[in-house]
Amino acid sequence: MEQVDQKKSLSQQLHDKASKISIGYDIEAHDKHYALLFLGPSLLILSVFVFYPMIKTVWMSFFLTNSLGKPTVFVGLQNYIDLFTSSAYLNSMKATFIYVLFVSILTIVLGLLLAQTASSKLKGIGFFRTAFSSTMGVSVSVAAIFWLFIFNPSVGLVNKIAEFLHLPVVNWLTQPGWAMFAIIVSTVWMNLGFTFLILFGALQSVPVTLYEAARIAGVSKRYQFFNITIPMISPTLFFAAIITLIDAFKSFGLIDMMTAGGPNNTTNLLVYRIYQDAFLNGNYALASTESVVLAIIIAVFTLIQFKFLEKKVTY
Amino acid sequence: MTIELKNIGKSYDGNSWTLNGITTEIESGEFFAIVGPSGCGKSTLLRMIAGLISISEGKIEIDGKDVTNLPPQDRNLTMVFQNYALFPFLSVRDNVAFGLKEHKMDAEEIKRRVDEALDMVNLTEYGDRKPRDLSGGQRQRVAVARAIASDAEICLMDEPLSNLDAQLRGKMRSEIRMLQQKLGLTMIYVTHDQVEAMTMADRIMVLHDSKIQQIGTPLEIYNHPANTFVAEFFGTPRMNLLEATYDARLNKLVVDESLEFDCEDGMDRDDYIVGVRPSGFSVEKAADRSNARVVNAEYLGNMSIVELELDGGDEIRVTVDDEMNHDWMINQRMLVKPQGIFYIFDKTGKLFAKGGSSNGTSRSEEEFVATAAR
Amino acid sequence: MEEVMSKKERISRYVVLCLLSVFILTPFVLGLWTSFLPTADISSGSLFSTHISLDNYVNAMKNTAIIRYLLNSLVISVLTTAFQLIFCSMSAYAFVFLKFRGRNFLFGLFLATMMLPFEAEVIPNFATMRQLNLLNTYSVMVVPFLTSAFGTFMLRQNFKQIPAELKEASDVCGLSHWKFYTKVTLPYAKISLLTLASYSFLSSWNQYLWPMLTTFSDKYRPVQDGLRQLQSQETFNDWGMIQASAAIVVIPTLIVLFIGQKSFKSGINEGAVK
Repeated sequence: MEQVDQKKSLSQQLHDKASKISIGYDIEAHDKHYALLFLGPSLLILSVFVFYPMIKTVWMSFFLTNSLGKPTVFVGLQNYIDLFTSSAYLNSMKATFIYVLFVSILTIVLGLLLAQTASSKLKGIGFFRTAFSSTMGVSVSVAAIFWLFIFNPSVGLVNKIAEFLHLPVVNWLTQPGWAMFAIIVSTVWMNLGFTFLILFGALQSVPVTLYEAARIAGVSKRYQFFNITIPMISPTLFFAAIITLIDAFKSFGLIDMMTAGGPNNTTNLLVYRIYQDAFLNGNYALASTESVVLAIIIAVFTLIQFKFLEKKVTY
Repeated sequence: MTIELKNIGKSYDGNSWTLNGITTEIESGEFFAIVGPSGCGKSTLLRMIAGLISISEGKIEIDGKDVTNLPPQDRNLTMVFQNYALFPFLSVRDNVAFGLKEHKMDAEEIKRRVDEALDMVNLTEYGDRKPRDLSGGQRQRVAVARAIASDAEICLMDEPLSNLDAQLRGKMRSEIRMLQQKLGLTMIYVTHDQVEAMTMADRIMVLHDSKIQQIGTPLEIYNHPANTFVAEFFGTPRMNLLEATYDARLNKLVVDESLEFDCEDGMDRDDYIVGVRPSGFSVEKAADRSNARVVNAEYLGNMSIVELELDGGDEIRVTVDDEMNHDWMINQRMLVKPQGIFYIFDKTGKLFAKGGSSNGTSRSEEEFVATAAR
Repeated sequence: MEEVMSKKERISRYVVLCLLSVFILTPFVLGLWTSFLPTADISSGSLFSTHISLDNYVNAMKNTAIIRYLLNSLVISVLTTAFQLIFCSMSAYAFVFLKFRGRNFLFGLFLATMMLPFEAEVIPNFATMRQLNLLNTYSVMVVPFLTSAFGTFMLRQNFKQIPAELKEASDVCGLSHWKFYTKVTLPYAKISLLTLASYSFLSSWNQYLWPMLTTFSDKYRPVQDGLRQLQSQETFNDWGMIQASAAIVVIPTLIVLFIGQKSFKSGINEGAVK
């Protein structure tokens, strides 16, 4: 009998006893004051800069606005209808999804490739590991400057190589299809450092004995990679994929510096659109509507991420 | 399937040797244990036999065929790991069947083998569970089932029971032994636990300091340890090792000026180490002729382990049949005398001779053995 | 354990590693190299010229506001990090050690904010800042980020690992919440705090959209938007100087990255794959 009771911590036992008697020290009343002190500041900041703006944005999306940003006429869901019937917006949406898809897939695949090759125990592997993680220290503007130079039509590396190989020279950032290509490549490059680190860590955490058992059973390296490595790191793969995905939806800086949404709005992704409509065109109602749509998209994916983390496939 | 190790050596940097000169022949169907303290290289040796690690020197032959340069899958063996090496994302059945598909076996055959293997380890109802739903002992049995299903005749085990609690370990010990006999497997079993080795093995290889210390049956190892390391490693409580000098006049080995062991003629005047198992002493209350005092006593019910300090400073442990629950008082003066067999090691630790007999303190000629380490 | 590799395999692995490194490092190498070359050479495409000098760097530091930008970013990032450490740990403490009604609901609220992207809220936040007359100051870039739901979440995970007995012992000793927070919780969570600090600092340092909207003068502009400013002003012009500016901005972060790589790596994996 006594053994079983000892499993609950002492304070829990006392608390249980106390709650039956219900006299004496009331923790909740006491803590409430402290809660205000400890939680207050954060709650205040979040309320002002996260909750309120979200509500306000949603509110504004139901109105038309004047040039000062003040709501004028209530239009209900009309803004949304207009948005989803506007081909310009749908194009932006399509472009964004293409961008997000390619960026996510390429980042994960390349990141995994980097992580796998860097797992070899070769001499000097430390240099390569450091090199692969280096893009983590690169911020958006620096990456933009680097890649602007590489994609520069006259002096950039890509065109120099194209010339050398007698391939057609392209004006990367000013041609509709290629501009998207350019920002995808730049974004993937920027993301690789972080993705590499995460996936590399996951690869290291797979127990060696699993591979030993596989070698004894005589399965090929390829089989080992797809049937042992991938399943074992799948939680991390998923985590990295969804982080990359959510981040890609929020892309702004690279586009702003490299293509400014062009050419012909082919790289006018969602966030850039919001910026354009609100701060360049002064159409706050439209921008608010777009903001709400963006928020919903991102919220959905973040929710998926949370649900997955909760399930937390622990072995 | 006989396995021959010929002068196996392993060095990671070309200078120091993790293993050196390992030579032995393992018979078909034998349960062969490799024992040694942590870090002695036994797991390394096992992995070299498996083909997971390259050999720096020497040859391995299986059934007369040189397999030194063959990859693991061509050596036709199977291995059970300390942490089970189960795939968390596969069911128990799939874990047991792992690798069989790759060997181009048809589904019928695979199912038959898996069923058979699971039955032999009593896990038939758990076929569809995942490893995380199983207890440690059950997981270990899945690993064993995987080895059984592979049909290989050589089985390597790397400390498979180390992660289990003591009671489970005892049970699994006999199960593994029975399985090995039933299937006629040639088993190479690595462990740091001398009890496991003693109770399960047909023969034991003792590894220490990169070298083989001794190879023999459990009884041989226990009764004729080749050196002090082997002598101390086997047996609980440990054998008492005491420094002694030979007194030619008395023809005795003297420890601490208070304890004497009869010897055979013709020993050199030198320093020796006398090894006495805890059961090899008698202890009596004799205040006037005492040569030791009691330091501590542990009562185990049917016997007691008494720690005594000899007058010369050495501490010894003695097991005493204690049906009467004799009360040992700390600092009580006792007389300690040799009783039965004792071992004489030269000062390098090698077994030099064996003295005493099972009938008392006198020695008989048959039991006087002058053996060098094997 | 070691792998048994044939020579052919070894060589092919090195080849792959080198190719991948080329892809990763080329932008750095190019950027760094051109930062040492005079713009005239760059524009004409002769990248192998021998006119290597630090002129671009000197030029950047003397004729642009790059130093000011760096300083601004430093001030903003340090302030943001400091406040986040304080406020996030305080709210994390509340969620772990304080019992009050509605605790779970409020925590859910915190989590919910992580689902809402800042990018979708810039319009009202901009308006708020304008009303408070804080545009184009340090405050505008620090105040909205004084706390972080993510930081609270991460620290809460860490605080929950503190053994309950520690708190019980402190209660028996009569330690107030504040004392327990400062004397026990914070020291215990040192590593997580460090991880959060690096994360907050980097996030703040890399901010692009918000500073762009809210700062108009070099006096307060942080480094990312500073680079943007330089690049848009100098398009087709001073390549050398732009690259030098980029280098000035990236080299410190790379150094910090290399130094802090070990602890940062374990920090990410701890929080992420838990």
